[in-house]
Amino acid sequence: MSIRHGLLALLDRGPRYGYQLRTEFESRTGATWPLNVGQVYTTLARLERDGLVVPAGEDDGGHAVYAITDEGRTELREWFARPVDRTSPPRDELAIKLAMAVGSPGVDIRAVIQGQRIHTIRAMQDYTRLKAQAVETGPTTRDEVAWLLVLEQLIFSAEAEARWLDHCEARLVRLADSLNEGEDEGGGKGERSASVTSKRPARR
Amino acid sequence: MQEAQPVLRLQELTRVHGSGATEVHALRGIDLDVFPGELVAVMGPSGSGKSTLLTIAGGLDTPTSGRVLVEGTDIATAGRKQVAALRRRSIGYVFQDYNLIPALTAAENVALPRELDGMSARKARREAVAALEEIGLGELADRFPDEMSGGQQQRVAIARALVGDRRLVLADEPTGALDSETGESVLALLRSRCDAGAAGVLVTHEPRFAAWADRVVFLRDGSVTDTTLRSSAETLLPGGVAAK
Repeated sequence: MSIRHGLLALLDRGPRYGYQLRTEFESRTGATWPLNVGQVYTTLARLERDGLVVPAGEDDGGHAVYAITDEGRTELREWFARPVDRTSPPRDELAIKLAMAVGSPGVDIRAVIQGQRIHTIRAMQDYTRLKAQAVETGPTTRDEVAWLLVLEQLIFSAEAEARWLDHCEARLVRLADSLNEGEDEGGGKGERSASVTSKRPARR
Repeated sequence: MQEAQPVLRLQELTRVHGSGATEVHALRGIDLDVFPGELVAVMGPSGSGKSTLLTIAGGLDTPTSGRVLVEGTDIATAGRKQVAALRRRSIGYVFQDYNLIPALTAAENVALPRELDGMSARKARREAVAALEEIGLGELADRFPDEMSGGQQQRVAIARALVGDRRLVLADEPTGALDSETGESVLALLRSRCDAGAAGVLVTHEPRFAAWADRVVFLRDGSVTDTTLRSSAETLLPGGVAAK
């Protein structure tokens, strides 16, 4: 998650102090990714080191405020223009878990999939309720609209996960049959296929 | 809400198609209660029994064994006349392809079940227009189905399903023919009708639409494998919002 660019985007609207940046970041994203004020100051220090922000004195309340520099604005424009990188995907625990479950003796992969599906759909129910409430009140402010977008991102990515789980299950059911045939020929190497089928108990 | 009588109660419901070697167990001992104010989504792979469950709940098919109580009446043992009356007065359907009658306007479509039930045409129309206005479709009252978008037709179908005293709406893939955002508006309407006191059963294979439900029931090979209950998400929210 790019806290760095998030802060630059907020500073682009005018000088701000650390705590204020944190509050605005969270209200924009519905506190989905909470920031601690330490992270904000660490990030500000790095941005200052890189010449993207400068200290801009104190406000009336005595807070040390920061302002974006021209270099910072250029960096921000480039960030908006650049697609988010998908070529080096972040590690996905669920994908790794299912990959490891294939061929693991004694793991019922369909139970793993079903357990995750329940969890994911339930999370979607929660997000959807929040969304229904957000839509009902009619998002008007910038923060409300932004929060709705973030919520919908959570819903859509949970949906993608649920669909992927359905797909995995369907594929494994199909593969289980062909793997079983192989098992019969090989005789005795039962563990691999037993773990991808629900029709036979896993052998140990 | 849980103290109220369920609008729909399925007890040990089974449905077997065919017999002997070709016997197929479409449903194996389903128990399900749907209370007023509740929207229940039924999910599962094709062939899991979702649609069978819905057609039996609506009195369009009869179970092999078990009980189907709609507003307290067992439609598995009731006479044909009684079932027909129950279907007219208590149960509303929403289908993927809307099923509005093309030769009738939106208001006439909504009024039809009431007229069939013996209400005067004038009174039925007045009620229909009020039902359409209540869901923000008052200006469509005199349009024919082919003069409406798919989403508008489906919302009219929901109004028809719940006109009068009917409290049970059975929806079979109601968003199947709609784009994502329109599908969402249809679900939002179904949700709000349930919030207003109706009981809904929604069959869908779309997780994003199932997520509008209070409970999601998973069917597999004719049995319920899991049920989600919604948690209290509002407690996680800054500012918290009162649940219905």
